[in-house]
Amino acid sequence: MPKKITIEPVTRVEGHGKVTIHIDDEGNITQSRLHIVEFRGFERFVQGRPYWEAPVLVQRLCGICPVSHHLAAAKALDVIVGAGTGDGLTPTGEKMRRLMHYGQMFQSHVLHFFHLASPDLLFGVDGDPALRNIIGVAKKFPDLAVQGVMMRKFGQEIIKATAGKKIHGTGAIPGGINKHLTQEEKDSFLNGPDPMNIDKMISWSQDALAFLKGYHKDNKDFIDNFAVFPSSHLSLVRKDGAMDLYHGVLRAIDKDGKKILHDVDYQDYLDYIGEEVKNWSYMKFPYLTEFGKEDGWYRVGPLARMNTCDFIPSPLAQKEFEEFKAYTHGKPNHMSMHYHWARLIEILHCAELMKDLLNDPDLMTGELVTKGTKCSEGVGLIEAPRGTLFHHYAINENDQLTMANLIVSTTNNNIPMNMAVNYTAKQYMTGQKKITEGMMNAVEVAIRAYDPCLSCATHAMGQMPLEVVLVDSKNSIIDRMKR
Amino acid sequence: MSEKIKFTIDGKECFAEKGANLIEAAKENGVYIPTLCHLEGVKPAGSCRICNVKINGRPMTACTTTLIEGMNIENNVEDIQELRKIIIETLFVSGNHYCPACEKSGNCELQALGYRFKMLVPRFPFEFEEKEVDAEAPKIYIDRNRCILCKRCVRSLKTEDGKSIFAVQGRGYKAMINIDHELAMNMTDEEATHAMDTCPVGSILKKERGYYDPIGSRKYDKKPIGSEIEQIVTN
Repeated sequence: MPKKITIEPVTRVEGHGKVTIHIDDEGNITQSRLHIVEFRGFERFVQGRPYWEAPVLVQRLCGICPVSHHLAAAKALDVIVGAGTGDGLTPTGEKMRRLMHYGQMFQSHVLHFFHLASPDLLFGVDGDPALRNIIGVAKKFPDLAVQGVMMRKFGQEIIKATAGKKIHGTGAIPGGINKHLTQEEKDSFLNGPDPMNIDKMISWSQDALAFLKGYHKDNKDFIDNFAVFPSSHLSLVRKDGAMDLYHGVLRAIDKDGKKILHDVDYQDYLDYIGEEVKNWSYMKFPYLTEFGKEDGWYRVGPLARMNTCDFIPSPLAQKEFEEFKAYTHGKPNHMSMHYHWARLIEILHCAELMKDLLNDPDLMTGELVTKGTKCSEGVGLIEAPRGTLFHHYAINENDQLTMANLIVSTTNNNIPMNMAVNYTAKQYMTGQKKITEGMMNAVEVAIRAYDPCLSCATHAMGQMPLEVVLVDSKNSIIDRMKR
Repeated sequence: MSEKIKFTIDGKECFAEKGANLIEAAKENGVYIPTLCHLEGVKPAGSCRICNVKINGRPMTACTTTLIEGMNIENNVEDIQELRKIIIETLFVSGNHYCPACEKSGNCELQALGYRFKMLVPRFPFEFEEKEVDAEAPKIYIDRNRCILCKRCVRSLKTEDGKSIFAVQGRGYKAMINIDHELAMNMTDEEATHAMDTCPVGSILKKERGYYDPIGSRKYDKKPIGSEIEQIVTN
């Protein structure tokens, strides 16, 4: 009898989603889907609000990466107030924003690796669910847990120093920033008591990479063969091809590494990217218009950024990047679990960049805001922790927002996550008579690799209820399993 | 030398000039009586009712009271404080006050009073009434979602020849603040800033200047509303 398996909610991801898997009489997977069951509506209810409110209002989409939304919106409004398309700010304005962004990237990646993903690695995909969570990690590996907490705290303190608050600050304003870094803040980040200083953060970032590489060595089969599928990759890169998480041009490569989006100005993103709506999910499906809805999908996020950029402009991370690239002989890396590796290289890169910025005198003096000739429309893109984030606004002659279009990072990864679910379901469940908790977690592990922020607002962590319902082809429940 | 009178607030012996306004005399004596509508130097309106005190046992608004010798005033007493808290809460639920994204947050007197009165959860149902914004004036933006109808703007913001830039339109629950667009056309940057600062909430905003005060240096980030008055040492 055909079966339908529902995993709801998916745990240890940001936000709420569910997975459905259909299995036929022979035990073959006939369909699998990741459904996003929340509706946000920000694009509609910002309409009519004054444009300068957008960076503070839309960041409420998310409690984990509000800085990304805050900055993407501010960048779009920079265009509107005539402050250039991402590179026209004063040195202080741009550098303070960059510091805020790197602090955000650092804390968000740390949160994901240590709190959400590490339980799967430390206890195994099919480990005891009672242990396979952050509390289990804290009990069995206390040093690692403390490291995760303190690293996240450091990133949050950087955000507070630049945005005014750790979560939902107001630092970025159209055309610049509203504060300088103080001497006291600078000193505390550079020379704070152990471990709260930037040198320790760099050292711990290297330790985390060493840990993951060691794990990879011992679990090659799992890391290299779990949810692997070819795809295109998209991200911002600096004009010279370097990784740039704050600003750049849009580049996409195909599965073989050939450029298919040639470093274009993101103000014209609508010429290259479309969005499809499907009736089973509130999350849209972006695609490169040149290749159509079926073939134009792509991946974003840390793995994609490693694949699209030519180099990383900080020495320690560049060394790690070279090792990462060498692993696939310079070819694009399509292994979903290598997202974790890429994410840790980015943690190191952000730590290095934060150290450089903290030593930069421009953060403590200089003009904060610049403005020019106002226009009615602007696009702001940023490389958020989970991938390329698009904000697009238009205003009327009374300074009210008339249109907002957001393509959130996780939205870009919609099809890839569905692909990952499908690959994992087939790999773990095909022909199985009994569906175990470990098999269900494998599906979640595949989703987790992408660090999705499903609602970009709510948070799910640890032992949330997971329910699997087996239904027959007439949708009658024949079995139910809860944990 | 003007004549001094004696009065008490919560048993504390206070002094003021004869004919003084209670809310201002209290301030000079280091006693904070909360208000949202009163402005020094502007004719009192008694519209917000938050400055309610008991005078010789009767509830009255402090901002409209002229002191006389021997008045016994109860200010920091349980029933009056509860009454004030109720008024603050009703103001919150009858408007659409979304502090998290409001640019007046940290500088807002209503929000500051919410904190002072420890308004933790709304006990009255939200009305979520649809309110219009008026963004047509070149320098200022009127957001009626946040307006508490204190009429500070109506009473104090006038042109050089005494014309009111703002007025109340409608009555009762349909009342709303309106702006004279012709007069607003000629507002200077300074006048726009003054208008925004006069508004106790985030209803009148100067265009294109939002969030310029970083968190931590806003008016009520470090000290609660009223504390500057309560720190005044009196004999």
